[in-house]
Amino acid sequence: MFKHQQSAHCESGVTASMLSHNGLKLSEPMAFGLAGALAFAYIPLVKLSGMPLIAYRMPPRSIIKGVQKRLGLKMNYQTFRKPEQGMDELDRQLDQGKIVGLQTSVFWLPYFPDSMRFHFNAHNLIVYGRDGDDYLISDPVFEQVVRCDAAALKKARFAKGALAAKGMMYYPTQLPQSFDLASASVKAIKANHRIMTGAPLPVIGLRGIRHMGKCIIKLSKDNKQREQYLPRYLGHIVRMQEEIGTGGAGFRFIYASFLKETSQALNNELLAEAAEMMATAGDEWRRFALISSKMCKGRKEMNGEELAALLNGCADLEAKAWTLLKTYR
Amino acid sequence: MKITEVPQDSENSTYGGAHKLIYASDEQGNFTGVKSAGWIVEAEATQAELKLIDQQCNDAWQRASHGETSALEYFMYYRRMDVALLAQTTGLFQWRIRRHFKPPVYAKLSDKLLARYSEALGLEMHTLQQLPTQPLHTAEL
Repeated sequence: MFKHQQSAHCESGVTASMLSHNGLKLSEPMAFGLAGALAFAYIPLVKLSGMPLIAYRMPPRSIIKGVQKRLGLKMNYQTFRKPEQGMDELDRQLDQGKIVGLQTSVFWLPYFPDSMRFHFNAHNLIVYGRDGDDYLISDPVFEQVVRCDAAALKKARFAKGALAAKGMMYYPTQLPQSFDLASASVKAIKANHRIMTGAPLPVIGLRGIRHMGKCIIKLSKDNKQREQYLPRYLGHIVRMQEEIGTGGAGFRFIYASFLKETSQALNNELLAEAAEMMATAGDEWRRFALISSKMCKGRKEMNGEELAALLNGCADLEAKAWTLLKTYR
Repeated sequence: MKITEVPQDSENSTYGGAHKLIYASDEQGNFTGVKSAGWIVEAEATQAELKLIDQQCNDAWQRASHGETSALEYFMYYRRMDVALLAQTTGLFQWRIRRHFKPPVYAKLSDKLLARYSEALGLEMHTLQQLPTQPLHTAEL
């Protein structure tokens, strides 16, 4: 009997749900944290609606793959050249009683509310059954299970564009009954520390957060950009942070939850302290979003320096957490 | 974020009446997933983008009605795409798509090309062939 669990984020939600169903109990924050998925990257070369890609987590598939590596699972991943092959294989696995993870576009899923349907191809969901022409879906970001007809699911699985899924489906083939949380968490936190603090490029990690602040200042200094482009740019940052799957502040809370859960399981005070710091950083991100929004709407005067200072504040708070986590053994 | 701070801005929510989950802590620092009915900051950012798309649709509709652009441009915005994304999803170069915005060029489009647009835009070929009598974007997707 499959049990749907609402999650904060699609990939971590699918990972936790799928592994728990298959006998390895894992919460969403635990999946996210053990995968070492917390990140920041400002990538102007990749455009979403003409705006730079801003990622608050490691790239798509790094959660499922990260957990796989950390816990020594065996997973089967498949992509397909022909949509029909992809749907046939899905049916074959469902007939065997398996639940299957899929990567899909958001835009072509009919159960998504109109206001959330944008072109984003790295959404994850679980198919747990079939009823006639409908597939029974556990989409982690939704409160209840949903249904999707075969034609729509096929379109969503094979939509083209950036991060195209190519019908990607995945499920575990072998998993341990349990794992050593102490050792896994040390390795995961160490790896995540490196991502946020050790990245060589100025657009990655803590440096990247500060870099984005500098970009905002630069845009605000040019009169034309400040009027026309900056509001849209800030709106885009807020959406990348809060709405689309890259959801920034939300990830800080998920990671804080992971740290707290681990601290409780291992009776470790350091992790509990770091959890609080990380949650505070998440709060600061949301404050940045709030102030940006006020400036975009004209309720506050546009001030690039103030926004950059808020972002530096976020970076400072995260740096504090990572400095503490560096000492975790 | 504390559990008491989880926003419940349901009035202006862009969640379609549903709730998102967010992790928040109690006074002891224990985290749990809490449902949020919406956050005004997120809603306003999404609505700003939806408003822009609406404007693009209206603008393209007007120009297509006056023969200044082809129906293709309207259908592109209706499907919330831009030229760059339409190029990616059709496999056509951006300059070719812009060329297809010229009404006389679009009118003579081969079935093969029309089929590509049909696939990428998720619209029947016969629908694509002319501007609909009523705009599609005023209804839901």
